[in-house]
Amino acid sequence: MYTLSVYMWCMVLGMSVPLTLLGLLEREPSHGYDLKRDYDTFFGRGKPLPFGQVYATLARLARDGKVVIAVEPGDGPERKRYVITESGASEVNAWLVEPLAPEPHLQTVLFAKVVLAIMLGRPAEEYLDTQRRAHLARMRELTEVKRGGNLVDALLADHGLFHLEADLRWIDTTVARLDALTKEVAR
Amino acid sequence: MIEARAVTLSFGETPALRGADLRVAEGEILAVMGPSGSGKSTLLHCLAGILVPDSGEIHFAGQRVDTLDEGARSALRRDRFGFVFQFGQLVPELTAVENVALPLLLAGTRRRAAITEASAWFARLDLDGLQQRRSGELSGGQAQRVALARGLVSRPQVLFADEPTGSLDSLTGEHVMDLLVGSAREQGTTVVVVTHEARVAAYADREVIVRDGKVTSLDAEPVRS
Repeated sequence: MYTLSVYMWCMVLGMSVPLTLLGLLEREPSHGYDLKRDYDTFFGRGKPLPFGQVYATLARLARDGKVVIAVEPGDGPERKRYVITESGASEVNAWLVEPLAPEPHLQTVLFAKVVLAIMLGRPAEEYLDTQRRAHLARMRELTEVKRGGNLVDALLADHGLFHLEADLRWIDTTVARLDALTKEVAR
Repeated sequence: MIEARAVTLSFGETPALRGADLRVAEGEILAVMGPSGSGKSTLLHCLAGILVPDSGEIHFAGQRVDTLDEGARSALRRDRFGFVFQFGQLVPELTAVENVALPLLLAGTRRRAAITEASAWFARLDLDGLQQRRSGELSGGQAQRVALARGLVSRPQVLFADEPTGSLDSLTGEHVMDLLVGSAREQGTTVVVVTHEARVAAYADREVIVRDGKVTSLDAEPVRS
């Protein structure tokens, strides 16, 4: 189900934890704890990054030469400060400048349902109306998030709202063209 | 609160409504959606007593509206309903605060009291300092918020809004909707908003779709009663 937490978590997963941590390190060298705190604040959205994943990721980045570790001696246990390397910084830069692959989603599940509904003589328009209702219900939830949340919540909700709105436009266009599509499918 | 029963209406030979049914509960915010020319604005005008259906019935608070004469419908619109249209439709000769005060003045409130009451809306809708401007000196978003204040100033039981953000950019439109929904909820006003924008409809409690002059939504019953 396309819940807010699933949606937001998909966004976070889509943006890659290692590259995000590297990006945070480019801002300034940090301890693992500070990195986790900043990650959770800006990108976690109710799904904090486990400490284990933070340190495992940092260890891999160190192994691959993307960060170096500066050990800080103290009274207690040694503290590790992570510093991004030139190689790490250029990887962050390459990631930032490269556009994401636009996914056309031409063969969506919904499209398949509509075509099959027509083939089987089922009420395609009703299915599309049901989908429209589900989309609008989700948009209402995201609008509430926007109205009650901070700027980060609002921008994340906006991302979802614009995508859902695009789907709805497709649904409207498809409803308007159902007769034509029915003729096409019947050929 | 307000109901259309099997309403039909044609403009000449062209049918606009072909048996539209709709119920809106008290305090509900309802979005009426549909493609251009589907009859959604005509339905709103029938519900508001602006147009009289060829057949079918309109009821408001237990009272039949479509059988009232023009004078009674006019009084109903003035005393119980508020309106916001796509382009604000402010009176250009009047200042912003006079525009907001207009429904109160028409209802017989004394000028000083009407202006005082109208002025209170300016802070509420982020319009402070614009009271003396005329419509030509306001941005689109400001003019629409003035129109919203005018629609709500007499504390109507129902606010009818026809594409209230249709002439605004996305962010300004959201600001207007945020204020519209917030103010309506605060004073318990029922809202019927016609829109083709899903992002506007998402501010409502429920949406119905008008297609070919009929309400075709699966969600035709009010969420409140």
